[in-house]
Amino acid sequence: MPKVIKTKTEFEGRTLEEYVVVEGEGLEPWEPQAALRFVGKSTPRIDGPERVTGKALYTADVQLPGMLYGKILRSPHPHAKIKKIDTRKAERFPGVRAVLSSQNTPKIAFRRQTFLFDEIVRYVGDEVACVIADTEEIAQDALELIEVEYEPLPFVLDPEEALQPNAPKVHPSGNLLNGEPEVYERGDLKEGFAHADVIVERTFRTQCALHNCMEPHGSVALWEGDTLTVWDSTQHIFGVREGLARLLGLPLHKVRVIKKYMGGGFGSKNNLGKYTVIAALGAKMTGRPVKVILDRHEENLAAGNRPSSVQRLKIGAKRDGTLTALELKAIVAAGAYCLWPPSVGGPARELYLCPNVRTEQYTVFTNTGPLSAFRAPGYVEGTFALESLMDELAQELGMDPLELRLKNYAEYDQTTGRPYSTKGLRECYERGAKLFGWNLKKKGETRERFRRGVGMASQIWSGNGMPPAYALVKINPDGTATVITGTQDIGTGTRTVLAQIAAEELGFALEKISVELGDTQTGPYAPLSAGSMTVASVGPAVRLAAHEARQQLLDVAAQVLEVPRESLTIADGLLHSSALPKPVAVHEVLKNLENFMIIGRGARAPNPEDVTVNTFGAQFAEVLVDTETGEVKVERIVAVHDSGRVINPLTLSSQIEGGIIQGLGYALFEQRVLDRSTGIVVNDNLENYKVPTALDVPEIVFEMVDRPDPKANNLGAKGVGEPPIIPTAAAIANAVTNALGVRIYELPITRERVLKALGR
Amino acid sequence: MATKAVRPKRVKIPVRGPGKTPITLIVNGQAHELLVEPRRTLLDALRKDLGLTGAKKACDEGTCGACTVLLDSKPIYACMALAIECEGRAIETIEGLARDGKLHPIQQAFIEEDALQCGFCTPGQIMAVKALLDANPSPTLEDVKRALSGNLCRCGAYPKIFKAALRAAELLESLRARHSH
Repeated sequence: MPKVIKTKTEFEGRTLEEYVVVEGEGLEPWEPQAALRFVGKSTPRIDGPERVTGKALYTADVQLPGMLYGKILRSPHPHAKIKKIDTRKAERFPGVRAVLSSQNTPKIAFRRQTFLFDEIVRYVGDEVACVIADTEEIAQDALELIEVEYEPLPFVLDPEEALQPNAPKVHPSGNLLNGEPEVYERGDLKEGFAHADVIVERTFRTQCALHNCMEPHGSVALWEGDTLTVWDSTQHIFGVREGLARLLGLPLHKVRVIKKYMGGGFGSKNNLGKYTVIAALGAKMTGRPVKVILDRHEENLAAGNRPSSVQRLKIGAKRDGTLTALELKAIVAAGAYCLWPPSVGGPARELYLCPNVRTEQYTVFTNTGPLSAFRAPGYVEGTFALESLMDELAQELGMDPLELRLKNYAEYDQTTGRPYSTKGLRECYERGAKLFGWNLKKKGETRERFRRGVGMASQIWSGNGMPPAYALVKINPDGTATVITGTQDIGTGTRTVLAQIAAEELGFALEKISVELGDTQTGPYAPLSAGSMTVASVGPAVRLAAHEARQQLLDVAAQVLEVPRESLTIADGLLHSSALPKPVAVHEVLKNLENFMIIGRGARAPNPEDVTVNTFGAQFAEVLVDTETGEVKVERIVAVHDSGRVINPLTLSSQIEGGIIQGLGYALFEQRVLDRSTGIVVNDNLENYKVPTALDVPEIVFEMVDRPDPKANNLGAKGVGEPPIIPTAAAIANAVTNALGVRIYELPITRERVLKALGR
Repeated sequence: MATKAVRPKRVKIPVRGPGKTPITLIVNGQAHELLVEPRRTLLDALRKDLGLTGAKKACDEGTCGACTVLLDSKPIYACMALAIECEGRAIETIEGLARDGKLHPIQQAFIEEDALQCGFCTPGQIMAVKALLDANPSPTLEDVKRALSGNLCRCGAYPKIFKAALRAAELLESLRARHSH
């Protein structure tokens, strides 16, 4: 019977309370020493063949008969009122089937602060209209025929300027999100600083970074009668379904969202996009399927970003390194619209033992592209500032940076007072230091042109997963099984990991398992693939569903084979029993049952209330800085992370490497550049927005603590998607400081900034 | 100073377009006749006219490599070539790699080494590796890095892609050795 439970869940640094429905019996995690056949084994992706042959169908590849293409007209102004819009010429252009704008579409509220087509545009790239035409080329040509009369309004691009009382207002209610800063406080800050022997205080700045997923955002919409089917490049099919149904006034069973393969999201595809609603409306209007895929420039304008931050950070400590107070004031640029601000103060609140802490975050609207989640939102930025200043403090105290971190090791979660379910950070430090050969003194300043430096940084992040998440496991008459759940594989290897879990629990061979994801019509609900929570949310539900299917199979087999049920076990798809002369294949039992299909159901149980489930890690960087050119070359990164049990070491290692490489780009060269006089993004392409290439990749050595977290969930596994990007930039920045003898307080650490720091 | 006007010698260039024009593309050894506007890129011709969606459109302006195909054995960005330029030339795409339902050793190596995450850049990466190994059967790690420097992977699968390229070289070498015996 379903049970309704009220539970607390943590997502990307924020705690929510919600009701969840769970059912079925709980399962204990496998024993740490349990001999497992599939879980914990390096397993190549089960969907590898589709992906390497070009057969995997991404949203951008969907082509339907009679399909039309949509192209979006975007604002050239950072802030303007649309006085008049005339689409008649565009509508008359041969091949154009419809032009959508505020004039012929319902006024649909969007992203809390705007409408699908608003009469005010608030950043260069804001949506104004959309042409639906026979071909992309015609749609593109016709965009130029739309006549829009804009009344330019005063605009503000810089978040610090936007906080000034006389700044132009991005929204009538003001530029500060929710009208007030988000404040967290524990202990007595004043007291804490009064007791400090040493106080360090600095301002850190981080840049706006762009996701640049290889597959652009986009959707294909098809109406069949009153049923809407949407193929969407999304990290959350159920979120898109809910949003479309709500905005278009449709019942949920008439909206189907499909995402079989997706070419990267990194958080930017967490939410319903305007392009999706536009595709659906355009398809309705024309009676034909409509595809809207953003181009690379639109990706860099309107598809989200990791917002810039300004962080004033102050740490007080005793002479022996004990922290007495920690204060952060952060200003974060929301861009024009904001659903979910990143939590920049997370690391300052959680990472180190400190009784007196205050964090204050101002999330500020500006006339720039709206932020979205970007792989460990807030924590990457916050860790850069905190871990930089911790190094500075260590230097001030004459302590080794690692020693200072160990001195302030937090054994419990100070934001809730609860212990951690498990915390392997100490082991990450120790193993990392050993692997790296940590010795700060070995390097240091030299007079050579090329200077070598080493640095390290720590990582804390939730990655705990949460309910609700549901799964079905269906056993077919031929002894194969299908896992069905409405989650998504965004490139992380979810399909493979879920197959491993099901195979383990069922006692079937891995190749007997298929996994159906990414379809709201067939899969039970699963949460968005974000927050490093897919495996820890959906995995336990799959295990329970497989467990239930197995129980049913044993019930049936005991009756068919006429043996005691307790005597039966399953391994490799064979039923074993001391009462049987020889093992019997599962399909031998099922084939006599007239296509009877076993269906097991599983629901993710609530998180434990008495402990905090987190992930931890440490990274060490070695860099070589060219003092003539300012170029920083990262030679080596050593990473040790603790995310509980490792289900698939192979795909996990890919995520670790990928996170580090993305972190390296963020540390050294990625940044959106705005023209201050026009608000235009001047590097809205992959030529000028620098993402890491094959030639930028350092040597990466990593290990996992790989100890099951017995309290996390029935797998003992936690997330790993975000943790590896969190400490990379901070470790690199600390290594650069070690090499140069001077610190750079702003990311990215470009050649220009290095030369400037060296006084050149 | 007066100069005598010289009338340029007329070279007769056949004018095609701006409307649709018939062309023949030879893709993976098969000839396809299609009708395209001269402005249609090879990438769009492959994806939209021939339904070969393995080559991906990620930037459409020659900056990422997701649309890498081979033209007369050389790797090119299909978004930077016009379909009409490629008439009569040998075009190889990801769809032509597996034969008789059997994966090409490069594809096999990509799976075994987990040289992909989201997989969107993968067809381009594999074609770039194919071009490299066709020209240089036993590349060094540096050769691989250079050959792939024009193929972006936002997931950062690079270390595994390098491994897969080197492993594929070995697989192909052992296949050649077996055939020569």
